[in-house]
Amino acid sequence: MRVSVITFPGSNCDHDAFAVFSSRGHSSKMIWHKDTDLEKPDLVILPGGFSYGDYLRCGALARFSPIVNEVISFAKKGGLVMGICNGFQVLTETGLLPGALMMNESLSFICKHQLVRVETANSPYTKGLAVGSVLDIPIAHKEGNYFIDKEGLKTLEDNDLIAFRYCDTKGQITRASNPNGALKNIAGVLNPARNILGMMPHPERSATDTVLTQDGRRIFEALESYYGTIA
Amino acid sequence: MLKAKIFVQLKASVLDPQGKAVTNSLHNLGFGGVVDTRISKYIEILFDSADEAEVRTQVDKICDSLLANPNTETYHYQLEAQE
Repeated sequence: MRVSVITFPGSNCDHDAFAVFSSRGHSSKMIWHKDTDLEKPDLVILPGGFSYGDYLRCGALARFSPIVNEVISFAKKGGLVMGICNGFQVLTETGLLPGALMMNESLSFICKHQLVRVETANSPYTKGLAVGSVLDIPIAHKEGNYFIDKEGLKTLEDNDLIAFRYCDTKGQITRASNPNGALKNIAGVLNPARNILGMMPHPERSATDTVLTQDGRRIFEALESYYGTIA
Repeated sequence: MLKAKIFVQLKASVLDPQGKAVTNSLHNLGFGGVVDTRISKYIEILFDSADEAEVRTQVDKICDSLLANPNTETYHYQLEAQE
């Protein structure tokens, strides 16, 4: 796969994503936000971090970086775009994904291991994963409290567009297992065409042998399996 | 010149954890009559124009495209003539 990782001023998980895809044998590129060429990727990663210092609203200013216009047109043609943490915030601000990420209910920055339940296998990012399976993928954010209006939530639920929900060890969706107050424990969502995923947890931080959990690999393996069917 | 005084507020349907924390603190300070607190953003923008209609058009566009997130926020503003 050809993977283009976008770096905004303030991105800080771009190198982690680049390293993970490179180590898995993919041709990875780092793309500066002022560039206007995505370099023909199969997958675009909008990484975690604090683009533009999170000024005004998280992700709001990144949307006006020149490269984002290219990401939008790539996504609208069906290209795979994955936004992780701040990348998810950028995707909601650009309107590529519905909803918004508000400040955590606790008002605190939360950095910890978090269990999420796979809600759908019908996406390039979860292909082959068992619905209901539980993954341990770290979170690190202050604005991860997913919000969407009632109508939007119904669209997400009716169209199977919720990718991950925060859960406990048994895979149950409980108030106690919700780290940030996200509506219906939503941790990740897809667009209606299912080529765009936004998620708060960091799979790139749980995909190497040197860290405590390797569950993030399941998502990258799913992507590779999907790519194998279209390449 | 005209100054736009813009308020960006969370929609009533959106929870405001910061406002809730402030309400709790006010209760702790003895202001037991405080029922609710909502935190908003206040933004001032100065325009090199005295044409109210033109500036209103611009402020609406600025708010719709950047200052407010239509998913969660609403805005209102006043214009004030500046020396």
